[in-house]
Amino acid sequence: MARVEKSAKACTVNPLRMSQPIGGALAFMGMEGTMPLLHGSQGCTSFGLVLFVRHFREAIPLQTTAMSEVATVLGGYDNVEQAVANIAARTKPALIGICSTGVTEIKGDDLAGFVQQIRARRPDLADVALVHCSTPDFAGAFQDGWARAVTAMVEQLVEPVAPNARAREAGRVNVLPGCHLTPGDIDALRDIFTDFGLTPTFLPDLSGALDGHIPQDFTPTTLGGTSLAAVRAMGQAAHTIAIGAQMGPAAAALSARTGVPHRLFDRLTGLAPCDAFIAHLARISGRPVPAKYRRQRGQLIDAMLDGHFHIGGRRIALGAEPDLLFALGSMLAEMGGQIVAAVTTTASPLNARLPAERVTIGDLEDLEAQARDGDAQILITHSHGRQAAARLVLPHFRIGLPLFDTLGAGHLVSVGYKGTRDLVFAIGNMLMHSHHEAAPEDWRDAWNAHPHTPHRKEAAQ
Amino acid sequence: MNSLSQTIQDVFNEPGCDKNQAKSEKERKKGCTKQLQPGGAAGGCAFDGAKIALQPITDVAHLVHGPIACEGSSWDNRGAKSSGPQLYRTGFTTDMGENDIVFGGEKRLFRAIREIRDKYAPPAIFVYQTCVPAMIGDDIEAVCKAASAKFGTPCIPILSPGFVGPKNLGNKLAGEALLKHVIGTEEPEFTTPYDINIIGEYNLAGELWQVKPLLDELGIRILSCISGDARYREVAWSHRAKAAMMVCSKAMINVARKMEERYAIPFFEGSFYGIGDMSESLRQIATLLIAQGADAELMARTEAVIAREEQRAWAAMEPYARRLAGKRVLLITGGVKSWSVVAALQEAGMEVVGTSVKKSTDEDKEKIRQIMGKDAHMIDDMTPREMFRMLKAAEADIMLSGGRSQFVALKATMPWMDINQERHAAFAGYHGMVEMVKEIDRTLANPVWEQVRLPAPWHAEPGWQDLALAENPAPVAETPAPVAGAAPAPDPRARAVCHCKAVSVGMIADAVALGHTTREAVARATRASTGCGGCGPWVDKAIREALPSASAAA
Repeated sequence: MARVEKSAKACTVNPLRMSQPIGGALAFMGMEGTMPLLHGSQGCTSFGLVLFVRHFREAIPLQTTAMSEVATVLGGYDNVEQAVANIAARTKPALIGICSTGVTEIKGDDLAGFVQQIRARRPDLADVALVHCSTPDFAGAFQDGWARAVTAMVEQLVEPVAPNARAREAGRVNVLPGCHLTPGDIDALRDIFTDFGLTPTFLPDLSGALDGHIPQDFTPTTLGGTSLAAVRAMGQAAHTIAIGAQMGPAAAALSARTGVPHRLFDRLTGLAPCDAFIAHLARISGRPVPAKYRRQRGQLIDAMLDGHFHIGGRRIALGAEPDLLFALGSMLAEMGGQIVAAVTTTASPLNARLPAERVTIGDLEDLEAQARDGDAQILITHSHGRQAAARLVLPHFRIGLPLFDTLGAGHLVSVGYKGTRDLVFAIGNMLMHSHHEAAPEDWRDAWNAHPHTPHRKEAAQ
Repeated sequence: MNSLSQTIQDVFNEPGCDKNQAKSEKERKKGCTKQLQPGGAAGGCAFDGAKIALQPITDVAHLVHGPIACEGSSWDNRGAKSSGPQLYRTGFTTDMGENDIVFGGEKRLFRAIREIRDKYAPPAIFVYQTCVPAMIGDDIEAVCKAASAKFGTPCIPILSPGFVGPKNLGNKLAGEALLKHVIGTEEPEFTTPYDINIIGEYNLAGELWQVKPLLDELGIRILSCISGDARYREVAWSHRAKAAMMVCSKAMINVARKMEERYAIPFFEGSFYGIGDMSESLRQIATLLIAQGADAELMARTEAVIAREEQRAWAAMEPYARRLAGKRVLLITGGVKSWSVVAALQEAGMEVVGTSVKKSTDEDKEKIRQIMGKDAHMIDDMTPREMFRMLKAAEADIMLSGGRSQFVALKATMPWMDINQERHAAFAGYHGMVEMVKEIDRTLANPVWEQVRLPAPWHAEPGWQDLALAENPAPVAETPAPVAGAAPAPDPRARAVCHCKAVSVGMIADAVALGHTTREAVARATRASTGCGGCGPWVDKAIREALPSASAAA
């Protein structure tokens, strides 16, 4: 149980957090034939674009309503209509996902009203689905923006189903993954569902869209991803599974709309939550657990046994969005790791449940200070932690978004028995490789020295 | 906002900018660039431009006043290098929340400045205005004034909210802030007749350091570089330089021209890209310094250095030039690079099949015509789809462009090299051109291109598909045997090689018999491999098999 604190500083130094609009935009990138559109000044889009290009190393579809100062003051309807018309003409998307930004929220632009107005005024655009969501960048964080966009898609795309209207398709499962799951995670989950004979519909599905594949032709919109038809028909599924507390509202909205029962998994990283997940799949599919997963479970247990020597008792500094923080922190704590610094980006019911003394809603300056105070032995956060890691002379395990100095960011898997196993290996290896080698003077003044191991002394020299 | 709109008007009236001068009064009022098109725009905002221009000042704390979007997704993402302080890589933002929107963000900004001064004690704090506080009317000039007085640390307001215009305008607004608040506020310890300013050079990938040793050798001192690897004080005393070079773009022309006007510092526009341009820039620097009172012998020393360095650079490039001769390059960049790099590529024996001129001035275009001839293929606005088609159809061997379009090339499995600001390799000066040619060679000579274009085993050669997909695959022979029980073996000459253009083994064998023995020659004769290009290796194989020597050797 952690005490949750909010950093009281006026100045955020080295941000950990990113904004809601680009979180929302990423969610739309997991939809087939889609163009995400930020309603704001063009910089909002261009920063997000560059960020995603560097992270995924893929071409990124993302457009802007290009609000000028005058347009912002007068209201942005014309820009939204023009943007939708231009995108429709140029790229012929199936869906345009519109996210608001700080400026247009302050002005009070009513995106829901705008969409209605476009529908009334522009029958020529009737073929393009439009989803709007409110994602001001002066509130919330990246994962909140993602969650809002998914909720918006549920509310604006999924066809409502009257409770008990008709028999649902037993094998169909809706899956609502949080933004902390990579395209690789989604692929891994799809395999698990398929092995249980279930047919998953992911909302959204980054695995087809941003997993690094070679297309036969150039498309300006997203490639892969979930089709509109599949989303509209989500009410036909027998079950919904949401992953990460951020997806709670979207799962609830989907249940309310379609009557499909849902179950929320806080995390799928670690032995116990994977057991619960696999047991749930066995139950809803009515099938025994395939031999493959029995083997993988054994491998994970073996990995935990081998890894506990290197993770147990180690002091860990963690900076991540709430769902990822909870998944990583819980798993490491279950292997004996000690969370000496935990910084996150936004409020979440999971923050208080992290096995650490406190969780700070703050920035990387806070993480660096706490890591120093807690004499951390490894820093786990996204690529922006690199400067702090260098100053602290700590190994830096890169996870989260953005990972702009890492190959294969989209393929880093941390879910399921196998994903957890590989994560234990990766973090355990990094700790092992930075292990202190015994030196003649280690114990000379050991009674007087810092109670912690000589590790830091050595590294700082 | 009043002083901001004045500044913007001022920038639009910039007489040093020939683009502006060609416009009518009314057009000029509209601003430097085309009205942005909703749903069809790309590129950064004015805030982005201002940050790019000033962040290379390394010892300054760059504080972004706005919500998290402006700094949260963009900090520490530039390749400007520092020889000392690292503070410029620290992300500072007021990270405005709902309360600040309701009650105004000025108090938070003031407190943020105090926190930075207490914790980091920088020589100056640059405060960047963004859209949200501009909309709610936060007066950052007043806050900066009060904070400067209270804390004794210069706080410089940069009025560059994103929605006033594009990146290029932001560059200029940043320049205005320097002119108004920084330049001329300090004095250098001493001056020499050999002091210059370099304006508009950001030391990306450490490019300034490819040039500086030559200036050092000539005894020319960079009094201030605006803004690459600069310290705050150097910029503050830059008004004491004898001459200035404005590097390669119109981005900071207002700074160069106004410094000429106010402090009588003559400037020229030059580039460090390309051997000829580098030499010309050194000559110009020497010419200006001599005109300003430096000893005329500087010119002879400069010419000697130029002669020596050019000779060395050509010698270093020669082995690469031989390998690169005739390679076709598609160049997607803008401004000065659209011609300065063309010249360099041609010097290395390559053929530029197209160059983009979207961001180039008429002057730039004229230079391209001079260099590439009247038939110069100038691309005004190439869509990604066209680039993709051109590359996939192998009309170019390599594309040089910025990071945004890299995947267009890579997804076509075509060689690509970064030529814009995100790159990690330094391409300035004599060494830089050699490095660039080396990089192109390293990219083109990589055997990975052969590998990644290999057709999948279930593609191209009939028979393979059946084998690969069979439950118990039979051992794959060099030439796949017909599957047992299948129809009578087809005529081997009819086997398709290029599906796009329906070219068979037999047609290629016939072309070889007529003397077309390379892939290019066969492509001209049969059109094989001119569709998607994926069958290239199979065409090669068919040629090898059809060559008389192949059967002799076998």
